[in-house]
Amino acid sequence: MYPQVLFQNRKPDRIASLEEYRASGGYEALADVLKNFSYKNVQTMVLDALLLGRGGAAFPAGRKVMTVADDAPFPRYIVCNADEMEPGTFKDRVMIHADPHMLIEGMTIQGYSARAEKGIIFMRPEYESAARTLHREIEKAKAAGYLGNNILDSDYAFDIVVHRSGGRYICGEATAQINALEGKRPNPKQPPPYATEKGLWGQPTVTHNVETLVCIPHIIRNGPEWFRNLALTQTGSGTKIFCVSGKVNRPGCYELPMGIRLSEIIETHAGGMRDGAKFKACLPGGASTAFLTPEFYDIEMDFETMKKAGHRLGTGAIMVFDHKTCLVAATLNLTEFFARESCGWCTPCREGFPYMRDLLWRIEHGQGQEEFVSTLKKMCRHLWKSYCAFAIGGVAPIESLLTHFKDEVYAHIREKKCPFKSE
Amino acid sequence: MLPEELKKSLIDKIASVDHPRELVVDVMFALQDHYGYLSDEALEEAAILLGMTPLEMEELATFYTFIFREPVGKYVIHVCDSIICWMNGYESIRDFLSQKLGIKMGETTSDGVFTLLPVCCIGYCDRAPAILINRKVYGPLTPEKLDKILEELRAEAG
Repeated sequence: MYPQVLFQNRKPDRIASLEEYRASGGYEALADVLKNFSYKNVQTMVLDALLLGRGGAAFPAGRKVMTVADDAPFPRYIVCNADEMEPGTFKDRVMIHADPHMLIEGMTIQGYSARAEKGIIFMRPEYESAARTLHREIEKAKAAGYLGNNILDSDYAFDIVVHRSGGRYICGEATAQINALEGKRPNPKQPPPYATEKGLWGQPTVTHNVETLVCIPHIIRNGPEWFRNLALTQTGSGTKIFCVSGKVNRPGCYELPMGIRLSEIIETHAGGMRDGAKFKACLPGGASTAFLTPEFYDIEMDFETMKKAGHRLGTGAIMVFDHKTCLVAATLNLTEFFARESCGWCTPCREGFPYMRDLLWRIEHGQGQEEFVSTLKKMCRHLWKSYCAFAIGGVAPIESLLTHFKDEVYAHIREKKCPFKSE
Repeated sequence: MLPEELKKSLIDKIASVDHPRELVVDVMFALQDHYGYLSDEALEEAAILLGMTPLEMEELATFYTFIFREPVGKYVIHVCDSIICWMNGYESIRDFLSQKLGIKMGETTSDGVFTLLPVCCIGYCDRAPAILINRKVYGPLTPEKLDKILEELRAEAG
């Protein structure tokens, strides 16, 4: 068993109460920060901890908050991105239901380090129960003096509100999220200006994922070195919540050291492959990452190692496919997701995904032709010209299908049917 | 017409924030809950409350998955068809629902009780196959479990 940091108070059937969170040392970091730390101290500690953004982009959280200039105007905002909509990802939901006060404390400390006065939790509508939980627990935190004016008798004031979304994938993109918060159509916006300079309502805004923020109280309490040493690899830092799903015996969320081997996650923690199936591939970090083939079965799961292998850790949502699953059909399903969820703002993404979805549909249903393969490859390159990074992520499964499973694609075309379907 | 009480609570809420437009989704949800869907009338009322044009409101209303610009049933069933639910029997859930309710995806039963809609990954991949009914999650599902849920809802709807 590895140390449980973020999930230390996780229970099978209910959230950890404020009392339980406090009993585990909760809000001690906040008290310490307000009494003994300058905002710069907090920034330095988070930077030294090598805390990389857990929403998938892996941007250093300490560096992000440092890009808010010292003389930047007020008010400033902290946005917590809980719009988790990457297929296969459900860690933020589990985290909020496990220990909501850890998020409230993490946000408040990060708020202090950005000298922000307001935090906004951006919540997808599918997570209504998490939104209600947070509403309730924020009130409790206020009553206990952890939020509001003069927090714990200091001169720091910070408040948190929960913002409910109407539900669209693009709202998880940080710049589109700011548009959504302002009540505008949530299109992405290309910097400059960066949000940390001019974000929400034109004010400095720092956006972090839920899992990034919950790490912060522990970094303050135990130090950056302790946090780095939680990882099994030199390049990694901290723990990671992996959401494992697909053809495994025990799908679920597991907090494990960063840098743990994929094989160990699947075999030891997720209970191994279901029904004695064979590991064929997985998407290691959501639908926007490439298929990871069996040659990487023992890869160390941290951002840097994955990057060196030409892969991405993404959100840490591991979706496992077995030898009986058709990856053309799987890629068709993923592409359908992107075709439906494309925000429509830029042409390559809006037009490209439905086009590729149709080509994949025809291949899967026995109407494929060999030239479709080169057309698909060309289309993937076009999608690289999209306005935001979401489309580039969205073609990763298609590109890797055509590279690593081309025999399977050609078998569909040659046999004029899906070889995985018995008829 | 919006009941005075609801209108007043929305006006008060809007007055309490720095930027009225930040509440646009909340206001759309409130009006949708009242009318059953975001009708043309509701859309205009929402626009007036927030000082926006109906066109600006329409841009948003048609953008979001959970805002309905057409009438829907008392219970809106969103069936997740993304990758993990797809691998774990989404098709049998969809087919069972279609057959049991006698409607296709995108349709509403003639008694106005159920609407069937596809939806992208709802974040309950550990409970696949999963669906939402009026934004409440159910899963992992089998046709038998689903049958029971539908019977209960039908009884509730009277």
